[in-house]
Amino acid sequence: MSIIMAFIIGGSICVIGQLFMDLTKPGITSGHILVGYITAGAFLSAVGLYQPLIDLGGAGATIPLSGFGHTLAQGAIQGVESEGILGAFSGGVAATAGGITAAIVFGYFAAVLFNPKK
Amino acid sequence: MGPKSEELLKNAQQEEYHHLVNRVKPKPPILQNCIWAFIVGGLICVIGQIIMNYLLNIGLNKVDAGSLTSIIMIFLGALLTGLGLYDDLGQKAGAGSIVPITGFANAIVASAIEFKREGYIFGVGARIFSIAGPTLVFGFVASVLIGLIRLIMIS
Repeated sequence: MSIIMAFIIGGSICVIGQLFMDLTKPGITSGHILVGYITAGAFLSAVGLYQPLIDLGGAGATIPLSGFGHTLAQGAIQGVESEGILGAFSGGVAATAGGITAAIVFGYFAAVLFNPKK
Repeated sequence: MGPKSEELLKNAQQEEYHHLVNRVKPKPPILQNCIWAFIVGGLICVIGQIIMNYLLNIGLNKVDAGSLTSIIMIFLGALLTGLGLYDDLGQKAGAGSIVPITGFANAIVASAIEFKREGYIFGVGARIFSIAGPTLVFGFVASVLIGLIRLIMIS
């Protein structure tokens, strides 16, 4: 059941991005989509709208980059509640540290070890 | 025929031409793109869900399982990009391959891999951030702002 819900919610979140790319003027790149999703995910999470999506879709809501924004936002909120102002700066990055470090390390080695396709 | 009517004729011809171009020009196949994005994006999330279910089964707590799932998905995204397979997928899947976290890994590798000739430090090391940089900047700014707003609310 969790797998079907992940498919539906994850697929739907991606369709929203596709509609942005097809319906807005050309010039929306993959970079814009990534920046938009992480920011939108963080603010939706802050106002309490993203957690219900995760309860419903599991990985379907956490795997899209908006889920990464959610983790950043919740990390900052929990950081503030336990450590005050220091938590506002450290909480978000602490919660996402594993993913960010993985992206940089795996990304670096993949770029070094493989060659661009001709 | 005076110059005025000649101009009118020219305008009419241009209008007709634009009309024809608009009719013949292929529209972006929006429905087809959305179906592809839905299926591929959904399937990537299903892979994530299978990994997460496995990690929860072997006893990890929810937070650790989510974190490790992201790390594994990033690894897969970087590997498939290096092998040249992820970009083939992206041709059809559009946002379905960009929006999941594997797309973030793809953006990192794809922008860095072309700059090996500029060296491993300031070529690859710097270009890794050409798309990851803006994404992290906006993510961090949003995170700190949200934290500060929360701080004001609770004090």
